[in-house]
Amino acid sequence: MSLFKQITEKPWERKGIIGGLKPEGTFKSPAERVALNFFLTAASIVFSLFGVSYYIRMELPDWLPIAEPTSLWFNTGLLVMSSVLFQWARNVVGNGGSKNVKIAFFGGGVFAILFIAAQLQTWEELQLAGVYLSSNPAADFYFLLTGLHAIHIAGGLYVWIKCVFRMVTGAEAKEQRLSIELCTVYWHFLLVVWLVIFAVVANT
Amino acid sequence: MAYVPLADQDHEQELHHPHSWVEKYVWSQDHKVIAIQYGGTAVLVGLVALVLSLLMRMQLGFPGTFDLIDPNAYYQSVTMHGMIMVVYMLTALLLGGFGNYMIPLMIGARDMVFPFLNMLSFWFYLLSVLILLASFFVTGGPTGAGWTLYPPQTTMAGTPGHDMGIVLMLVSLAVFVVAFTMGGLNYVTTILQFRTRGMTLMRLPLTVWGIFVATVLGLFAFPALLVSCIMMMFDTLLGTSFFMPAVIESGTALDYQGGSPILFQHLFWFFGHPEVYIVALPAFGLVSDVLSTHARKNIFGYRMMVWAIIAIGGLSFIVWAHHMYVSGMNPYFGFFFATTTLIIAVPTALKVYNWVLTLWEGDIRLNAPMYFAIGFIFTFIHGGLTGLFLGNVVIDLPLSDTYFVVAHFHMVMGVSPVLVIFASIYHWFPKVSGRMYHEGLAKAHFWITFLGTYAIYLPMHYLGFLGVPRRYYAIGETDFIPASAQTLNESITIAALIVGAAQLIFLFNILWSLRNGEKADPNPWGSASLEWQTPDTPPVHGNWGDKLPTVYRWAYDYSVPGAKSDFIPQNMAEEDVEMEASAAKGA
Repeated sequence: MSLFKQITEKPWERKGIIGGLKPEGTFKSPAERVALNFFLTAASIVFSLFGVSYYIRMELPDWLPIAEPTSLWFNTGLLVMSSVLFQWARNVVGNGGSKNVKIAFFGGGVFAILFIAAQLQTWEELQLAGVYLSSNPAADFYFLLTGLHAIHIAGGLYVWIKCVFRMVTGAEAKEQRLSIELCTVYWHFLLVVWLVIFAVVANT
Repeated sequence: MAYVPLADQDHEQELHHPHSWVEKYVWSQDHKVIAIQYGGTAVLVGLVALVLSLLMRMQLGFPGTFDLIDPNAYYQSVTMHGMIMVVYMLTALLLGGFGNYMIPLMIGARDMVFPFLNMLSFWFYLLSVLILLASFFVTGGPTGAGWTLYPPQTTMAGTPGHDMGIVLMLVSLAVFVVAFTMGGLNYVTTILQFRTRGMTLMRLPLTVWGIFVATVLGLFAFPALLVSCIMMMFDTLLGTSFFMPAVIESGTALDYQGGSPILFQHLFWFFGHPEVYIVALPAFGLVSDVLSTHARKNIFGYRMMVWAIIAIGGLSFIVWAHHMYVSGMNPYFGFFFATTTLIIAVPTALKVYNWVLTLWEGDIRLNAPMYFAIGFIFTFIHGGLTGLFLGNVVIDLPLSDTYFVVAHFHMVMGVSPVLVIFASIYHWFPKVSGRMYHEGLAKAHFWITFLGTYAIYLPMHYLGFLGVPRRYYAIGETDFIPASAQTLNESITIAALIVGAAQLIFLFNILWSLRNGEKADPNPWGSASLEWQTPDTPPVHGNWGDKLPTVYRWAYDYSVPGAKSDFIPQNMAEEDVEMEASAAKGA
């Protein structure tokens, strides 16, 4: 039943067990996925509000655009690799297979760790070039946004580590199907967020 | 993604069974224990805020009489009272407390979807409260910037708590947002995915609808608070200038330049206005159920009530700048926000009509929860009507910084939700504790609180019309405020002290009744909704014994024509309903 139909029912007229004996959720997804979607919406609001603030602050006269370091292209490549590997693991396990799932899933996380390390390296470069926190508002936003993004990835890595641990201690890859799928969705989300941040920083 | 069928919950959800006292009552993953932990903490911290408000009133009623209330202490009391009441008391009590207790019981689930996350949510909330309270003990004391924490004055010398106090406040708020997000994800997912057999969305009691939409608002609005807290923390601690403009403090120019204080206001109120409805919507839901049960009538216009909750939730995101008329804005924006503000009155008024129509020709049982619920209708109408005044730019400008605004928001989002909270505590006390409260004491508590409320806030509207400014430590002598205004202020203070003291009756009643109250019937009010149909009172871990309930009807089958009993529980099948002899023949 569509959501619209569900909330236009006249409950005083329909009695009895609607929808059979099996309890049915509003969405045909596991609870974890519904919760993740709500979380992703909340997280997008956080990033969007920072984005709005960025554009409002940019209009003010003391804004000095920073020259974005070229190493960001390399860092982006690392995060893309991470997403691709997660997607690979998800595709295999989604088709009921298990070949290379563990390797792909493990590799996805490793590339994410490399991405965070590379982002920190870029911070160092910027600071050596005289762009540091509180030097000017564009730099402040750069450190704030990249830092927040890295924290979100770190949060994802916590779930990833738990899942890797389960796989190492003998769990079959297909038992971890849901975790793999949710990690993949989360990583794609963070890749999109990163691409938007990168585009905004590069174009202003 | 492939469709994953939801398995029968009886087999699916593995409950974490506690093995020791500590696991059962401290690190508990049972939603009912977590609800009581949340509620108890919220009530305690609410009492702190109540005492702070009495300190303010003592200064305003009898200026300069009490040495302990200097200007700094006054502003700190104002700030902490506001922030604690709105965020740490009302939000936590309504969603963390009632949300946690009611959701699984009302939808027929054994627990929340993620019990561990639920437990974490409470402990993060407690941490945020402790950080906030710690600010009373640091150098400079808590922040005195007003609950809206507007920069730049928040972080400048002269504002009490501008060094440590504000930092602790911001950290505490950020931790609170984390706690709320963990709890909130649990509430929405549980309501959407964990309903028992037959419990369609439109069979949910309005309590669940109110809590659901409020939680969604919270999940989408608290990010704005988080964002503004993070940026202000950067400004305060790391010397950035997100919000801080070039500014001179005691003759010296500070290092800040170019930041936008108005940006903070937009972010703050983008959170701040939905926050009003985060508090109001659960209260709307709870009061609907209390009214319907004690009027022995189905709620009038159930579908409209649900849609109104959703409409109010949606509209609440596009009215925020009506808090900022005085800050100045493009007149077209002012027009837009005034219009949306007045539009939001439509679904709200619809709800009020429906509550009154629920009472109409009802078989009203005037017990304590019903007193409070009817009291709420009064205070909410009064507070709501003054909101219509203030929603208009031209009327808001002269009234904005006066006691009229203080009276308005206390009536509409202070007293009203609090009356609902009292109604709900008395209403569900028998289920939660297994004992009855003392009816006489509860009614005394009602009359003093309700009449006291009017003694406090009605004169405040008048003071506002006179032009008495809010936020002033002492008014002093002016050309336009008559001396009699001070007499009014004294009477308000005396009323406030009496109402404050009357809350001890409530505390005594609850604490005394927990041990000595009469044993309660499992369903003393004859309520149709699911939480009253549990096999045990109070409900045990897992709520439903061996078998989850099956739902055959909505939660409002009261005084059904022809039925023998004046209510039919949600889990009673049509063939089990006993009919009157005459009706049965006719059928």
